[in-house]
Amino acid sequence: MDNINLIYPELFLSISLLSLLMLGVFKKNSFLVVSKLSSIVLLLTIPLIYINDNTSEKLFNNNYLIDEFSSFLKILILGSSAFALFFTNQYIKDNKIDKFEYPILILTAILGMFVMVSSNNLIGLYLGIELQSLSLYVLAALNRDSVKSTEAGVKYFVLGALSSGLLLYGCSLVYGFTGSTNYYVIAENYTSSNLALSFGLVFILVGLAFKISAVPFHMWTPDVYEGAPTSVTAFFALAPKVAGFGAIIRILYIAFGNVVNEWQTILIFISIASMILGAVAAIGQTNIKRLMAYSSISHMGYALAGVTTGTNEGISSSILYIFLYVVMNIGSFVCIILMKRKTVYLENIRDLSGLSKNHPVIAFSFTVILFSLAGIPPLAGFFAKFYVFMAVIKSNLFALAIIGLITSVVSAFYYLRIIKIIYFDPEQEKFDPITSKGIRFSLAFSTLLILFYFLNPSSLTYFVNIASKAIQ
Amino acid sequence: MNLPILTIIIFLPLIGVFFLLFNSKNDKNENRANQISFNVSFLTSILVFILSLVLWINFDSSSSEFQFVEEKKWIINFTKYKVGVDGISILFVVLTAFITPICIIATSNSVKVRKKDFFIALLLMETMMLGVFCSLDLFIFYLFFEAGLIPMFLIIGIWGGIRRVYSAFKFFLYTLLGSIFMLVAIIFIYHQSGTTDIQALLKFDIAANYQYWLWLGFFASFAVKTPMWPVHTWLPDAHVEAPTAGSVILAAILLKMAGYGFIRFSIGFFPIASEYFAPLIFVLSIIAIIYTSLVALMQKDMKKLIAYSSVAHMGFVTIGIFAFNSQGLEGSIFQMISHGIVSAALFLCVGVVYDRMHTREISDYGGVVNTMPKYSIIFMIFILAGLGLPGTSGFVGEFLVLIGAFKANYLVSFFAATGVVLSACYSLWLYRRVVFGEVSNENVKSLKDVNKYELFTLLPLVFLAIVLGIFPNIILDTISVSVENIVSVYNSKILITQSAIR
Repeated sequence: MDNINLIYPELFLSISLLSLLMLGVFKKNSFLVVSKLSSIVLLLTIPLIYINDNTSEKLFNNNYLIDEFSSFLKILILGSSAFALFFTNQYIKDNKIDKFEYPILILTAILGMFVMVSSNNLIGLYLGIELQSLSLYVLAALNRDSVKSTEAGVKYFVLGALSSGLLLYGCSLVYGFTGSTNYYVIAENYTSSNLALSFGLVFILVGLAFKISAVPFHMWTPDVYEGAPTSVTAFFALAPKVAGFGAIIRILYIAFGNVVNEWQTILIFISIASMILGAVAAIGQTNIKRLMAYSSISHMGYALAGVTTGTNEGISSSILYIFLYVVMNIGSFVCIILMKRKTVYLENIRDLSGLSKNHPVIAFSFTVILFSLAGIPPLAGFFAKFYVFMAVIKSNLFALAIIGLITSVVSAFYYLRIIKIIYFDPEQEKFDPITSKGIRFSLAFSTLLILFYFLNPSSLTYFVNIASKAIQ
Repeated sequence: MNLPILTIIIFLPLIGVFFLLFNSKNDKNENRANQISFNVSFLTSILVFILSLVLWINFDSSSSEFQFVEEKKWIINFTKYKVGVDGISILFVVLTAFITPICIIATSNSVKVRKKDFFIALLLMETMMLGVFCSLDLFIFYLFFEAGLIPMFLIIGIWGGIRRVYSAFKFFLYTLLGSIFMLVAIIFIYHQSGTTDIQALLKFDIAANYQYWLWLGFFASFAVKTPMWPVHTWLPDAHVEAPTAGSVILAAILLKMAGYGFIRFSIGFFPIASEYFAPLIFVLSIIAIIYTSLVALMQKDMKKLIAYSSVAHMGFVTIGIFAFNSQGLEGSIFQMISHGIVSAALFLCVGVVYDRMHTREISDYGGVVNTMPKYSIIFMIFILAGLGLPGTSGFVGEFLVLIGAFKANYLVSFFAATGVVLSACYSLWLYRRVVFGEVSNENVKSLKDVNKYELFTLLPLVFLAIVLGIFPNIILDTISVSVENIVSVYNSKILITQSAIR
């Protein structure tokens, strides 16, 4: 084990989460301390990963890969989770869910995600997914006194367990017919004439599609998004999607990279269905968290469109899409958390009415974010969609491109509806003033990055290309 | 000259926006704050106008090449920032820079709330419009073309009339839906040719069997924006509900983006497809001219009437473009410039009486001449220019288009000419009902004539509408070489393919 230093980030994360757990158990009212320390742990892990950024190593008999791809996604996971902790502090205190388990569960989930994006083995993948999911189930139900929250937790758990079962079944089929759980060996032994292997592939895809809430395995998303505390929803919308994409890209491009035809059609269907459902179903929503759930479903559809191509450009565009999706969602969830009047947190989009008069800066930021989510140039969201469709059209998947772009017009409608409420409707009482620095910083970060992304799009593309080259 | 003059022109309004954002924030006195933001935005737009005139003076109209070209690195491995103007686009740059300060002055009466935000939206709009006409790269063109939706959506939605939300959504979604097909086409062109540089693409031959689809992709976007029948329905709604300045921008410049796009891209990139689809354009344009003229005849709302007349006038423009001869093209461009001036002025005229009476119903007026004589004269000049009276700018454009159309197909020319008659019908009837006749409405009696602000906005337009009618060469000299070049390149490309088929 001479390369043990490569998994220092994982080791550091596990050791510190265990010691934070001890601290939390033995010290009363330790939420604040634990939460601050876990943010520090998150931030400290980033340089640990960055040190290994230019290495591409296979550990544990090719079963665990540390390469640019995993490093990029891990940094993205850490960054987005750190933001999700920064801007939700006040919310957690106000809603009395300030239990020390909260940050620790986030850390365990992140550890699971690390394993998901690095694993080159079906068992590792499954363990990573389970570590992540179990933490997320508990997080969803964290607000024990709220019926909605517990319902969300149970619903998420039941459906999540089912999908994990399907995934496991798929893994066992693939293992049975290829003789290994290692991706490289699977790729060597995969014969496309074998029907059972195709079944295994489909089951694995179903399990993974559930984790990123792609249609038709999205049913849990709106309920869980709505029921879970907003701070948890924000986390759900960010890091797990990144990890899910990491896992999907790795398994499809390494284990099943030789048989693109076998999964391309399925993925195209999932992608188109997600885009259409996400666009259409969100139109009637009045709860902003439900609306964001459908919005994230449609965004997963766009990001999957890049993966369907089976090319390196496709991976790059998908990772880029996920990156910008994370940035935009940080901003939009900050705005949702700001919807607070007389210490009551609001969730109806009507409550945003006249925001532009009372809080011009927040209104401006939210509008920028929403236009960007709708994919209007010159905001960052447009570039994300542009690169995806560039890859899609290069692979001659015209139907996918045209349907995707048409649904983007449909989804523009509900983003515009929020903008209409913010700008065109009469004003109401003011929201409570912002007290937390984390909220200000996160909103400013997200808005400025979206607004000025067009000045230098190349630098992000550069990192993304390096990351995607590590695959294949 | 090494000064990056085009970049300065395009992005100068943004500097004005930044001033507006950060400057008049601490003023407690609202009037003073409004005055400051007015001054800042007016100065910015005037500066842009002066720079655009400098550009025009320094422009060498004897060359059909793109001039003042600037290139900068932007997205590595994909595209670069590239701007430049030729004889066609420079006129639209000047037109945009000319119309914007007029809009800003017109705002001082018609917009009552959130003036600062309105100026910000207007200046943003100016940058986007200038960018569209200057860009020499398809990707940048698309960026500017689409980004213009955001400020326009806000202008209609925040400062518009009663049904503003419906109109703003309709405008936004219609245009967006059209544009995405253009985006697909742009990406496909990039994969075919490996570049989005317009100059390079004009020399590149796109395979004929792809041209048809790509042409349709661009057509989807431009047809909505022009607007052509049957996708014109967003325009009357948007015009009616938009504030005066918004209508002026919409009619004078936004619609011209599509005509410009047809000339630059549809003909330049896809000559074979353009020839193939020309009958389609002719049919749609003739329907637009006759049908919307008849619709305009029956309108009760002044702005709606002018909006429908815009659709009819743009029908002339598309016919002229797809006649593929120099008269038709020159006529189209002239018609676009003239329509930019005249329709802007007509909307301003409607705005003048609307600010006083707060109604646009034609039946609420009548006998305006008794109380507003100066206004009636100005309004008459624009009505006559709009229907194409010889001696006004409207005549030159329509006449040249009809000559061009006659060369291409005399039937097209015949049907288009009926539009001239119809436009006289609805314009004159509108004028009679509003200005002449008995004073039936009490409010009309107490109307005050145009004030100095309004005169300041209208007189330059009067001047231009007449001068361009008498000396059309001011414009034709600038465009003729570029137009000849486009026509000759088009003809040579068509000849090559025809001989290849034989």
